[in-house]
Amino acid sequence: MTTIAPEEPALEAVFDATVAADERIEPRDWMPDAYRSTLVRQIAQHAHSEIIGMQPEANWITRAPSLRRKAILMAKVQDEAGHGLYLYSAAETLGTSRDELLDKLHTGRQKYSSIFNYPTLTWADVGAIGWLVDGAAITNQVPLCRCSYGPYARAMVRICKEESFHQRQGYELLMALSRGTEAQHAMAQDAVNRWWWPSLMMFGPPDDESAHSAQSMAWKIKRHSNDELRQRFVDICVPQAEALGLTLPDPDLTWNEERGHFDFGPIDWAEFWDVLKGNGPCNEQRISRRRRAHEDGAWVREAAAAHAAKHGKADR
Amino acid sequence: MTTPRPADTPAVPAAARPTEWPLWEVFVRSRRGLSHTHAGSLHAPDAAMALRNARDLYTRRSEGVSIWVVPSTQVTASSPDEKDAFFEPAGDKPYRHPTFYEIPDGVQHL
Repeated sequence: MTTIAPEEPALEAVFDATVAADERIEPRDWMPDAYRSTLVRQIAQHAHSEIIGMQPEANWITRAPSLRRKAILMAKVQDEAGHGLYLYSAAETLGTSRDELLDKLHTGRQKYSSIFNYPTLTWADVGAIGWLVDGAAITNQVPLCRCSYGPYARAMVRICKEESFHQRQGYELLMALSRGTEAQHAMAQDAVNRWWWPSLMMFGPPDDESAHSAQSMAWKIKRHSNDELRQRFVDICVPQAEALGLTLPDPDLTWNEERGHFDFGPIDWAEFWDVLKGNGPCNEQRISRRRRAHEDGAWVREAAAAHAAKHGKADR
Repeated sequence: MTTPRPADTPAVPAAARPTEWPLWEVFVRSRRGLSHTHAGSLHAPDAAMALRNARDLYTRRSEGVSIWVVPSTQVTASSPDEKDAFFEPAGDKPYRHPTFYEIPDGVQHL
């Protein structure tokens, strides 16, 4: 059977007009192949980050210092799982499957955010992750609520609503430590020292080195450049650090009256690329734990499917 | 006019993913007096598990008082390609809207 080739220029014109009018592209609309593959790559990476991001924090659930903190941390880690699921669903509307996405994560063919390759060495790291890592994520994600692809934008609306709790619990946790004993204060400062620079790297490479930025902005997948969002995050964090009674580990951090922004020191991009390549402190552990969890859960998936098949037949 | 593949389901045929649990669309009634609204989708082996997963995934903060789950394959959707032709009949009937009619100023309760 032969199919008639669709009128691509006409379809592309409709797509372009929809994006230009700030309307949303929905799953069964025609879209350029590159738009589809860009979205799959970005949403998958985002989903994988939520799932892998459960590990560094889960590390502290059993050692949370109080029942209150433990309940909060469990709820947060559960939220991260939920965020991963919203995003996997959004990616699946583009014609990929859940199994394929997980397979690509497990075999390293799709990435997750480099930030999760850093270890959580102390309890204060849970606070620093909430304040800085989730704070950077929120700065990145709020504009994604207006992304041109409908299912991704809708997932981001849900996620942003929930992230706010994540950031606030982290800030509160650091506040408690900062106002605590000298040792607790030092622990909080150490965590901020270690998480500050990796958090700034979360916005991605500088604009002139970012491979996909220009096209993503044209498609309105992305609304602001990496450097613009990074600057916004720095400006937000400086007074927040001050209120915490903690310092940010950057001697070059100064207010620039002319720009109306804080200047900050150079980012070690060599470290960023090195961690991205797989040489971070925890890359190996994160993926092997993820693979093992998936393999260990195989019998549950199979048993549930067998139960469903048996009862599905009985019902008929 | 219609196609078997519903609005938000993947283009990959089920046969290509033999081990994957089926996809369900989730509808949540946020409170009494409101209709169920599409919240998203999830994978589950059967309807009972789909309901439980939907509760954990979409109502962690009391966002719902009632949930429907529907197998995605059971949703019949209009095709966006035929959007204009399919919805065209409503396009030239502005007289179905109250604003179509001119009523003199001062006339009340209309």
